[in-house]
Amino acid sequence: MATGFNIHRFANPGRFLRLAGALLPWLTGGAVILFAVGLYLALVGSPPDYQQGDTVRIMYIHVPSAWMAMMGYGLLGAAGASALIWRHPLADVASEAIAPVGAGFTFVALVTGSLWGKPTWGTYWVWDARLTSFLVLFFLYVGHIALTHAFDERQRGRRSAAIIAVVGLINLPIIKYSVDWWNTLHQSESILRMDGPSIDPSMLWPLFTMIVAFTLYFFAVVMTRMKAMLLEARHRAAAFAR
Amino acid sequence: MSAFLALLKRDLVLSYRQGIDAWVVVLFFLAAGILFPFAIGPEPNALMRVSTGVVLSMAALAALLSLDRLYQGDFEDGSLDLMVLGPLPLELTALAKALAHWLSTGLPLLIAAPLLALMLNAPSESYGPMLLALALATPALSLLGGLGAALTLGSRRGGILLTLLILPLYVPVLIFAAGLISRSLLLEDDPTGALLLLSGVDLGLLAITPWATAAALRQALR
Repeated sequence: MATGFNIHRFANPGRFLRLAGALLPWLTGGAVILFAVGLYLALVGSPPDYQQGDTVRIMYIHVPSAWMAMMGYGLLGAAGASALIWRHPLADVASEAIAPVGAGFTFVALVTGSLWGKPTWGTYWVWDARLTSFLVLFFLYVGHIALTHAFDERQRGRRSAAIIAVVGLINLPIIKYSVDWWNTLHQSESILRMDGPSIDPSMLWPLFTMIVAFTLYFFAVVMTRMKAMLLEARHRAAAFAR
Repeated sequence: MSAFLALLKRDLVLSYRQGIDAWVVVLFFLAAGILFPFAIGPEPNALMRVSTGVVLSMAALAALLSLDRLYQGDFEDGSLDLMVLGPLPLELTALAKALAHWLSTGLPLLIAAPLLALMLNAPSESYGPMLLALALATPALSLLGGLGAALTLGSRRGGILLTLLILPLYVPVLIFAAGLISRSLLLEDDPTGALLLLSGVDLGLLAITPWATAAALRQALR
């Protein structure tokens, strides 16, 4: 298996650390620049909504956070699956690195959504399908984190958490399609549509910039956490060897 | 098949001989349910409005309460090791355990449910749909619960962690069960769709959870 892309190439922590070291400055730098541009466009450069006024600017935080939360859970499920199927040694580390970051983005999406809901829907919270399934996503993240740390033997916690991560994947399509299956207060999909986005370009471009910035930030944080965990494990192994 | 039935019979005999355990679940179900008239006031119309929902959610909590012993005893005394070594695939062991859990807690809850509904002043036409919804929801709760019990086996703070892990997974089951009850009570609405949805959840879980539970048990015994 010397040719082609092979995930086991990166099973070697040393190789991953070198790759992460090379990628991290680019990810971090890109995130900083895009956040600067995106925040300027979102807060100053884009027009207020004709109905919602300036409250529409919450969207530039809310939508990217929600995307990161879903992408994070997708990665968590994929990492869990590869930990269970191939015993990929980095997958456990990746899961442990992703979960708190994803939980954080889920929390941000829930809070910003709630703050956005008050002026537009007149309430902080409704038991709408999208909101409920997103709350379940938050609890899945929290359960994953709690399970990871619930055992004296570290490996056991990670493997159990991998199973719950894979089972929880079932929630992702429910979140995605909840606005189509149930007729709810939360608006339906307006970006990834078959007939093109239904948002005006003057708002779409700042939103895209923010989404890319959030994505780079997400991977920068996850990689930093993975790097720290691997170095910690190496340090611990070295301390034992002495 | 005979190994499956033998395991099922063993678990049922165990729970029957430790009789108080099954009663504790039913008593918890009733005691937790009658907190509601005290908390929201004894006004009959207010109680009628929430009655079936309280029965459903208390059944979910009562099913959770009995889960932490599902594998714990067998894990501690080594029976679980024998089950892994035995001729029965671990997936079927998990299924037998979930079935035994349903027969020893889900079924008693189903029998006790009309009593709690009566005390909560449930409308008489809601009994049928409520029992149907419970009969379809409790197997799902047992299957999911078996997974949770296997995942948290041997952890610190097993019980509370199990609750945190499994309650969010109970949410869809409760939503569909409540949908079935409310659809059945509206005259112009056809409850078939809700019925099929809830049965679909049961069948889906029946297909998935034994595998996940067996994987979790293997992790626990490594």
